[in-house]
Amino acid sequence: MKLIIKNGHVISPADNLNDVCDIVVQDNKILKIGKNLKEIADNTIDAKDKIVMPGIVDMHVHLREPGREDKETVSSGTLAAIAGGVTTVVSMPNTLIPIDSIENIKLLKGIIEKKAQANVFICAAITKERAGRELTDIMKFKKEGVVAISDDGASVDSAEVMLKALKKAKDAKLVIICHSEDKFLSASGVVNLGFTSTKMGLRGISKESEYKRVKRDIDLAEKINASLHITHVSCLESVEIIAKAKKKGVAVTADTTPHYFALSEEAVWGYDPNLKMNPPLRTKDDVLAIREALKQGVIDAIASDHAPHTENEKEIEFERAEFGVIGLETELSCAITYLVDEKILDMSELVKKMAINPAKILGINRGTLGVGRPADIIVVSKDKEWVVKKNSFHSKSKNSAFLGKNLKGVVECTILGGKIAYVNTNSHK
Amino acid sequence: MRKSNNINWTKKDLLDLENLSKEEIELILQTAASFKEVSTREIKKVPALRGKTVVNLFYEPSTRTRISFEVAAKRLSADVINISTETSSVRKGETLIDTGKNIEALRVDIIIMRHNYSGAAVMLARQLKASVVNAGDGWHEHPTQALLDMFTLREKLGRLEGLNVSIVGDIAHSRVARSNIWGLMKLGARVTVCAPKILIPPAIEQMGVRVSHNIEEALAGADAINVLRMQFERDKEKAFPSQLEYFKSFGITKERLKSAKKDIIVMHPGPINRGIEISSDVADGGNSVILEQVTNGIAVRMAVLFLVAQANDYIKTKK
Repeated sequence: MKLIIKNGHVISPADNLNDVCDIVVQDNKILKIGKNLKEIADNTIDAKDKIVMPGIVDMHVHLREPGREDKETVSSGTLAAIAGGVTTVVSMPNTLIPIDSIENIKLLKGIIEKKAQANVFICAAITKERAGRELTDIMKFKKEGVVAISDDGASVDSAEVMLKALKKAKDAKLVIICHSEDKFLSASGVVNLGFTSTKMGLRGISKESEYKRVKRDIDLAEKINASLHITHVSCLESVEIIAKAKKKGVAVTADTTPHYFALSEEAVWGYDPNLKMNPPLRTKDDVLAIREALKQGVIDAIASDHAPHTENEKEIEFERAEFGVIGLETELSCAITYLVDEKILDMSELVKKMAINPAKILGINRGTLGVGRPADIIVVSKDKEWVVKKNSFHSKSKNSAFLGKNLKGVVECTILGGKIAYVNTNSHK
Repeated sequence: MRKSNNINWTKKDLLDLENLSKEEIELILQTAASFKEVSTREIKKVPALRGKTVVNLFYEPSTRTRISFEVAAKRLSADVINISTETSSVRKGETLIDTGKNIEALRVDIIIMRHNYSGAAVMLARQLKASVVNAGDGWHEHPTQALLDMFTLREKLGRLEGLNVSIVGDIAHSRVARSNIWGLMKLGARVTVCAPKILIPPAIEQMGVRVSHNIEEALAGADAINVLRMQFERDKEKAFPSQLEYFKSFGITKERLKSAKKDIIVMHPGPINRGIEISSDVADGGNSVILEQVTNGIAVRMAVLFLVAQANDYIKTKK
C-alpha cells in the first residue's frame, strides 16, 4: 500500500521542512519526501495550496471510558481527534474507573486496541483513586506502556507524597503531569476570583490557588532534579514562576489550552456553562501573558484538555454545571485563528507546540515527518473559515467554549499510520 | 394614562440592571410613577394585562417579594399562579429548563422567578419565549428591589443624579447591593458600600463604588443610606462578626444618625432585624421610608410586568 501526498506546503521543523513538496508513504511509515517525486502510488492526495504537517499530539484528553460512555468513548473521542487533526492523544486517568492499577491499565488497553481510531497513550494515576495518599505502582506502569502519570482533576495535596511520587517517576523515567490547584484556596469557586466573581455573585477561584501549587511542585522537582510538566497553565503568575524555574535549569515543561490563549473572563459573564472550566478563564492580562509565554517558549505545548460532558450536566444552573469543555475538534483552528493569524506564532512554531514538543515531553516517537517515522500526517486548509456549531462535532458531547465562533483552519484529511483515516466531507467547512 | 416616551422598551425580560441603559431604567421609573396612582383608587385595578397569565416561580422562600409581584400582577388584571419548590416536581428532580418549558407550554406569558443560584434567570430567559422577570437570583441581582429603592429615593429627593448613597451590610452576598450599585451609578448617583472587610467582595471598586469599613465615614455627607439585612443564618463558618459586635460597629442607631445629614433617607429592603443592623427608633423614625418602599414596590413591579409583556407581544407579532 503506497500513498502520495502531492504539492502540499510541508511544514515539519523537526526535519527542517518548510516548502512545497511531496510525501510518499508506504505501509505505515514515511518512505520519502522531496520535490516532484515521480512515484506510482495506490492513492494520491492533492494537497495543492494546503498545509501538510505532522498529526497533532494532544497530551491532555479525557476519553471518559471506562465508566462514562454517555459522555465519550475511546471510539467517539478518537474519531473527534482525527477530525480535528489530532493523531495521538494521551488519555487522562480520572475516569469513573480510575486508571490507578495494572488491572485497570490492562482494561483500558483492551478497549483501545479494539476501538481506538487514533493513537492513544495512557496517562495513569499518581495515587490510588487519585486521593493523594497512597502511590500507585509507577514502576510497573512504565512496563505497561504508560507515558505519563497524573492525578488530573486534582493535585497531590501532601508535599511529602508529591516528593515521593517525583522520585518514583524519575526512577521510572515517567513525566508527572500536574493539575496545579490548591483546593483549600480555590474553595468551591466557579469563576475567576475578582471583579468577575463579584459582579456575577459567584464564588471565585483565585490565581493563587493555581500558581502557589505550581511553585510548590517546581520547588519539589528542583530539590531532587526530577522533571515535571505543568498542564493547563492559565495565569500570568504561573507563567512567571515557570519562566524563572526554566532559567535556573529546572526540568519543567508546560502546556496551555486554546481557551486560555483565546478567551478571557468577560466571556463567562452571560453565565453560559460552556465557558465554565477549571482553572477558570482569567483576565485579559493573563491571556496576553499566556500568548507571550507561548511565543517565548516558556509554555512548550498546546493541549486541549478535551473534557466532554452531556447536555444534562451542562445545560443547568451555572454553579451546578460540570467543569470543562471539549477541544479536540477546535484546537488547531483556535491556534491558527488566535495565534498564527495574530502573529504570536508562525505555522512552524505551531507544529512545535502541537506535535514535536508534546511528543518530546512524553518521550514518544511522534511529531515529525522524518523518513522511516510513523506516517501520521494531516492536510490543512489554513485560511478556510468555518462556524463552530453543535452539529460540527464528532465527539459525543457538544460542550465547546467556541460555539458560534468563526474560526480559521480546516482539517481536510488525516492520515494515521499510513492510512487515510479521515476526510472532511462537510461542505460548510 | 402614560406619558409618551422617547424610548421604547424592547426587552422581553428583566434580568438585571447591569445591562440596562440609563434611559431604560428611567422609563421603568416613569412608568411606575404613572401606575402608582392605581393603588390609591377605590377599585385598584387596570386592564393592562387582562388575559395574561403570570407565574410566580419561587425556588427560595420569600413572602414580601412574591406577594408584591402577585398584587402588582392582579392590579394589572393578570391571572396569577404561585409555584414554590415545596409543591412542585422540582422535588422530583426536574431541571430548571424543563420546569420552565412546562410552564411555558401552559401558555404562560410571564415567569417571575426567585432562585438560589446566581444567573438562573439569565439561563431560563435564554431558553424561553415567555418573559422572565428576575425576582432575585443567588447573590447576583434583584433588579425590582433596586428599582423600587431608586423610585422611592427619587420621589423623596426629586432626583438621583449627584446623590450620595451608602449601602451598609453584607455586600458580598447581597443581590440587592449589586442591583442598587448598577442602577444608582447609571443614574448618576455616587455609591459607597460599607461593611466589615469580610463582607466586601474582591475588586468591587471596579463597579465604580467607594469602599468604606467605617460607618461614620459612610454616613458623613450621605443623602440616603440603604441598610441591608444581616444574614447570620448563612454564616456557617462563623466568619461574620457576632450580632452584638456588628450592631456596635455598623448598626444604624439614632445616636449615629446625629453625625449624618438631618434629613438623611433610611431605606431597608426588609425583613428587618431590629437591634442587629438597625435600631427600632430609626426603623420607625422620621427618616425611615421602609414602608413606603413596600408600597412603591407595587408600582415598580406593575411597570416591569407591563413593559416586558408589551415588548414580548411586539416581538411575537414580528415573527
